[in-house]
Amino acid sequence: MNAQVPAITPLALDVKDLHKSFGNVEVLKGISLGAREGEVVSILGSSGSGKSTLLRCINLLEVPDCGDVTVGDETIRMQRTRDGKSRAADQAQVERIRSRLGMVFQSFNLWSHKTILENVIEAPVHVQKRPRKECVEEAEALLAKVGIAEKRDHYPSHLSGGQQQRAAIARALAMRPKVMLFDEPTSALDPELVGEVLRVMRGLAEEGRTMLVVTHEMGFARDVSSRVVFLHKGLVEEDGRPDHVFVKSKSERFKQFIKG
Amino acid sequence: MDWTFTFETFISLVAAIPLTLQLAAASILLGAFLALGLALFRLSGVRILDWFARFYVFVFRGTPLLVQIFLIYYGLSQFPAVRHTILWPILREPYWCAVIALTLNTAAYASEIIRGGLLSVPHGQIEAARACGMPRLMVFRRIVLPLAIRQALPGYGNEMISMVKATSLASIITLMEVTGVAAKIISETYRAIEVFIVAGVIYLTINFLLTRLVHVVEYMLSPHLRAPRLQTPVQGESK
Repeated sequence: MNAQVPAITPLALDVKDLHKSFGNVEVLKGISLGAREGEVVSILGSSGSGKSTLLRCINLLEVPDCGDVTVGDETIRMQRTRDGKSRAADQAQVERIRSRLGMVFQSFNLWSHKTILENVIEAPVHVQKRPRKECVEEAEALLAKVGIAEKRDHYPSHLSGGQQQRAAIARALAMRPKVMLFDEPTSALDPELVGEVLRVMRGLAEEGRTMLVVTHEMGFARDVSSRVVFLHKGLVEEDGRPDHVFVKSKSERFKQFIKG
Repeated sequence: MDWTFTFETFISLVAAIPLTLQLAAASILLGAFLALGLALFRLSGVRILDWFARFYVFVFRGTPLLVQIFLIYYGLSQFPAVRHTILWPILREPYWCAVIALTLNTAAYASEIIRGGLLSVPHGQIEAARACGMPRLMVFRRIVLPLAIRQALPGYGNEMISMVKATSLASIITLMEVTGVAAKIISETYRAIEVFIVAGVIYLTINFLLTRLVHVVEYMLSPHLRAPRLQTPVQGESK
């Protein structure tokens, strides 16, 4: 059952003509990609296709060489340094936009010196300056939602990988983001722990969250997402509804890819 | 062994402990700030700052502390220019010369310890902090520094112990800390064994307590490295 997206909702995220090179290797060769509010976009591609880099360029963990990233109605302003490199023109704007994007990493990246609850309330309290009491209540609700309410006072190292990733999802949600970015959220997990994380993500999709998911989980891409984007060598090779793309794709590379 | 004499010596040396502790505490504290600055210079990626810090560490780690103390106490006063600055009232005092020399020296060693701690912070955790919109300084203050301190603490404990012992060199420039008083008693009585045994026991005691203190701090700062407490789920309990 795919997430139901009303025909036309406003764009929550818009990426235009994104380029990124590392040294001589051009990883992104001009990628344009929009996500409407409530859309769940799965980004597929073999390793080296640039899918993780694309995600990291959206919140400027990598600085794109050129192209525009727009979150809601705000476009990240870029400028060129004297030696021709690209960089953000206004760091405060970057930080503001990052706080509207919830990022979930492959390796969880929970802060190891803080308890699960402290991890979840960290950004709301210190970045968004919301009242602590309100944040704690919301954090407890989020932890209950991802099924680890009883772990609130544990430290990340005391949790299984699946629990850590669910905590990381709660941490990202706590900022009330406009868009959630998932960077291969199940790739570092033991196979038997993948399901619990995917269930949480499916729940979020059904709530109508806007999500960009870089993944290798074909089941998730096919059944949960409202759109599938297939990247190949830094370009968008396929982009469409999963029932359409998975069945009728004309791309030989994509057919090859899903065959494994 | 003459127990009466030993006891009298003990009383005299105990009276000198506060100065020893002051020298150690002042130089460890000031040195920590300087060391943090040097470590940040090393990691700044700015070549001039990096090379300055490297040179500083090279010089202060590569020369004896005693030579540094002599240079600061006897050396600086040779220059009329120094005698006419507003710093002269400080540089004239052996106490401050000792504190300065100890501070500059410990900063060189401690900066490398702190640099190691900073480098040990997992990159993913820094990235997660940036990804949720934290400004650089907040990332440093709330994520990087707490993790780095935990990593650096065992090494830093060593350095603190070294500093407590290094304060004994201040006796050379007339300071009456534990070793200074001990040397004075010996010059009056020629009884080196008893006096130095008592002095040694005092340093040993100070360092024993210091080691315990560092352990306690380390324990308090590392709940995440211990096995989880056996606990029933906390429900509705306030933090």
